[in-house]
Amino acid sequence: MIELEQVSYGYGGSTLLSDISMKLAPGSFHFLTGPSGAGKTTLIKLCYAELTATRGRVSLFDQDTQQMSRDDVARARRRIGVVHQDCQFLDHLNVAENVSLPLTVSGRSLEHPSELDDLLAWVGLTPQRDAKPPELSGGERQRAALARAVVMSPDVILADEPTGNVDWDMSLRLLRLLVELNKMGKTVLIATHDMNLIRSAKAQIQARVLRISNKQLHQAGADL
Amino acid sequence: MNARLGSFLRFLAGDAQADRLVPPTGYTARLTVFAAASMAFLAVFALALSLATGRVADRWGEALAKSSTIRINAPVDQMDAQVLTVMDILATTPGIGNARPLSDDEQRALLAPWFGPDLPLDQLPIPRLIEVIEEGDGFDAEGLRARLAGEAPGAILDDHTRWREPLVRAAKRLRALGFVSIVLIGALAGVVITLAASAALAANEQVIRVLRLVGAQDSYIANAFVRRYTLRALGGASVGTVLGALAVFLMPSSGEQGNFLTDLGFEGWQWLWPLLIPPLAALVAFAATRQTARTVLQEKR
Repeated sequence: MIELEQVSYGYGGSTLLSDISMKLAPGSFHFLTGPSGAGKTTLIKLCYAELTATRGRVSLFDQDTQQMSRDDVARARRRIGVVHQDCQFLDHLNVAENVSLPLTVSGRSLEHPSELDDLLAWVGLTPQRDAKPPELSGGERQRAALARAVVMSPDVILADEPTGNVDWDMSLRLLRLLVELNKMGKTVLIATHDMNLIRSAKAQIQARVLRISNKQLHQAGADL
Repeated sequence: MNARLGSFLRFLAGDAQADRLVPPTGYTARLTVFAAASMAFLAVFALALSLATGRVADRWGEALAKSSTIRINAPVDQMDAQVLTVMDILATTPGIGNARPLSDDEQRALLAPWFGPDLPLDQLPIPRLIEVIEEGDGFDAEGLRARLAGEAPGAILDDHTRWREPLVRAAKRLRALGFVSIVLIGALAGVVITLAASAALAANEQVIRVLRLVGAQDSYIANAFVRRYTLRALGGASVGTVLGALAVFLMPSSGEQGNFLTDLGFEGWQWLWPLLIPPLAALVAFAATRQTARTVLQEKR
């Protein structure tokens, strides 16, 4: 689905990631960990072609991103749900409109309008349906971002520190939602530095843990 | 062709959901509407100027080209004989439809602006004037001058060429300048709308980032901006055109004493010309915003 082959990324003369190889197979569950500033967000952005590798090859659904047109990238992103730490909403639209944004821009609609209600109920945001993003708490924003990420039923979900701004209970709740998606066959990659979250996930599913250190990607040990 | 037409009609019809994705920005919205209205207002005047000078050029060109004047300078006792001689010559000259000596009242009226109404013509050595109206392809001016020189030495033919041509040339030049003004106004409208669209795109960087994140194609994002600015320009230009046309309509009437300034305006079907201004303004806005959006989105990869 998403594959990085000997990818390096640099900015302003300094190298942030070096010689990274990674493959997200269909239905797999991955954690990406490492200290703050190690390059987790950069790696996630390379995975949905917001950034372009300075060396190596990034493939999205068997297409080399270097060869993809802008429209190709846009189409590929419809198959990738992204949850950012800062969520990134359109503040003048309400929660329901923000969640259905991927459908709007791709000219699609849900088969039944009630599906959106079901989705909002799934993430526990039914009462906040008409609220604007600035009115939401941190946990509500993360759940709204997750709902938006999955509304198109994407093949891959990339979550960058989805539990960064929420308490432990909410972290577990978000994790449960992501685990449920994985059990439905979605590929999931979560960037986090929360080891307790990773341990909790590994108790529920088989997850692969990747660690970035010294600009390189390593398979993490069993001590996690 | 049908696909392109369908695409354009869909663009005009719009997409209510897509239109909501770009937040309304008061500053650039007001700037665009005001600029479009002002440009349309000025364009109506430039158009009126062009059409009025066009009419003047045509009038001077056609009316004066068909008429000439023969001025007879002769001693008072020979004046009537010379007039008769000239009239005989004119009667036998091909291409002349009508010729008549101006009456004393007509000559007095011509001189009234300089000497007042009660000019004693019979006491002044004023030449007699004969008005000559051409017909068909006109007469041979050089041949007529030669005959007059031989048979009526005091008669001089003035076919108005000397002063008519510069006037007609000036009127045509003024008409061209009016059209150039319209083109410049259109270009200026394009520049202002480009700047407004650039400001809006810069202010909505976060919106663009989010739309791209969820898989929006650049053409979709561009259309959301282009449609908004096209409609704003169309609305503003419509208001400006109505106000401009109203101002031209309310210009003082020329009446019998009309001149170039009081003739500024539209006549008959010419009132339809201003109707082209709003769609042209929308077209300029469409092209300017689309180019701007494409350039900005290209830079924001």
